[in-house]
Amino acid sequence: MRYTIENQQLHSELIEQVEEIIQQSLSTCYQCGKCSAGCPVHYLMDIPPNVVIRLLQLGQIDRALESRTIWVCSSCNTCSTRCPKEFKIAECMDALRELALATGKDTPSEKDIKLFHKAFMSNMRRFGRVNEASLAGVYKLKSRHFFADAVAGIKMFLRGKIKLLPHKVKGVKEIRAMFEAAGYGRKEERSSDRITR
Amino acid sequence: MIHTMKLGYYPGCSLHGMAVDFGKSTVATCAALGIELVEIPDWSCCGASAAHSTSHLLGEALPARNLALAEEAGLTVVAAPCAMCSNAMKKTHELMVSDKEAAAEISRLTGREYHGGVRILNAIQIFLEYGLEELAKKVILPLQGLKVACYYGCLLTRPPDLLKFDDPEQPVLMDKVCKVVGTEPIEWGFKTECCGAGFSMSRTDLVCELTRRILENAVNNGAEAVIVACPMCHSNLDMRQANINKMYGTSFDIPIVYLTELVGLAVGVKPRKLGLRKHFVDAMRLTERMVSASKKEVPVAG
Repeated sequence: MRYTIENQQLHSELIEQVEEIIQQSLSTCYQCGKCSAGCPVHYLMDIPPNVVIRLLQLGQIDRALESRTIWVCSSCNTCSTRCPKEFKIAECMDALRELALATGKDTPSEKDIKLFHKAFMSNMRRFGRVNEASLAGVYKLKSRHFFADAVAGIKMFLRGKIKLLPHKVKGVKEIRAMFEAAGYGRKEERSSDRITR
Repeated sequence: MIHTMKLGYYPGCSLHGMAVDFGKSTVATCAALGIELVEIPDWSCCGASAAHSTSHLLGEALPARNLALAEEAGLTVVAAPCAMCSNAMKKTHELMVSDKEAAAEISRLTGREYHGGVRILNAIQIFLEYGLEELAKKVILPLQGLKVACYYGCLLTRPPDLLKFDDPEQPVLMDKVCKVVGTEPIEWGFKTECCGAGFSMSRTDLVCELTRRILENAVNNGAEAVIVACPMCHSNLDMRQANINKMYGTSFDIPIVYLTELVGLAVGVKPRKLGLRKHFVDAMRLTERMVSASKKEVPVAG
């Protein structure tokens, strides 16, 4: 694989945003690879976690934002916990996911994971708490996996594990104001439609 | 140690929904131990994985609203049994007490002040706070000799610098609680491996692969039940066990039990009140162990 490294890319605004979010310099990482060695979902990743960090160090953030890696990362924090340099790899993955959605530079891969996150967020914005029945409903409509888990869903319902009626918190306006102030607009939630098509 | 105790209570969305058994067993077991739970008024979702994955600001601010509400209500110690909720709240608390600038930014988002006056307890810490000696006195039906695998998963111990709870590679505190109720925690290798957490619906194959490894290690090391303190760990190991067996041709049939259910049984709470019948893999078989054990060895009443 050949990468062209240009001086401007090394200091791009997006890379500075990553460092701003995680409050740490990317050069902290000295590429020992311990994060990749212990990652439980490494087998599904297209780029190992330490290489994602290396790409950022070399100004190649677009390659990181386009990767499958950032989406299949389960935020288990094993990497950050074991890092000999105390680099916040898991938080770096969070920052990359956030920037991938904000810039629209993510690829269509792992659309179900993104849809689920978005369905979760819009459910929370709507009720203040997450109602699993309506969350699952919205996710299924958007992902079009109508029948997956149908049996499990019925069994959960029979066991009283699914509440059909959502509870709306009294301070739901506060939650909506928080979304607003964080710059998390309805646009982000709606952009899930873009991914499905 | 304390005989009666008052704790703030943050059930989180799961304990009112898919983990209703975790919620019921927390409430019933605490009642049996004389712990009064006071729910945080009008609490909202902690944000979970979706928030920190898509907006670092919301990931920090959503738990802050609940911390502020708890503080306003005068609740200084709050039990948040769900591992995700306690993780998120502990992280936001640490951030807000250590970084004034970040705290101001978060308060701007929530519109509420938080002064750092709340201590969050996970499900294991409820019993540690109560006191293990005191708990031992309440045990009337020990599950003597039941071999259990204590499964901590990710969120109870990681990141260790912020959570300050147990060892992140070889935790032992849940094992200690399990010993008090008569069970024998086994040595095994997957105490803190990830179960796939929130990918249960969006990447079921990933969850089944990770949970298969966990169940295999637990069973190979002689576990008769897996003890958990997290709703996602429970649903991935319990509900997905059928998927795993179908996918890999395995024949796992091992009950996955919340720590609050296990302790509840041992202190004499009825299984129905613990939600033990709501599991996918039959967990009622544990009650048989309990009765036969109590015949063998009746502990001195406290």
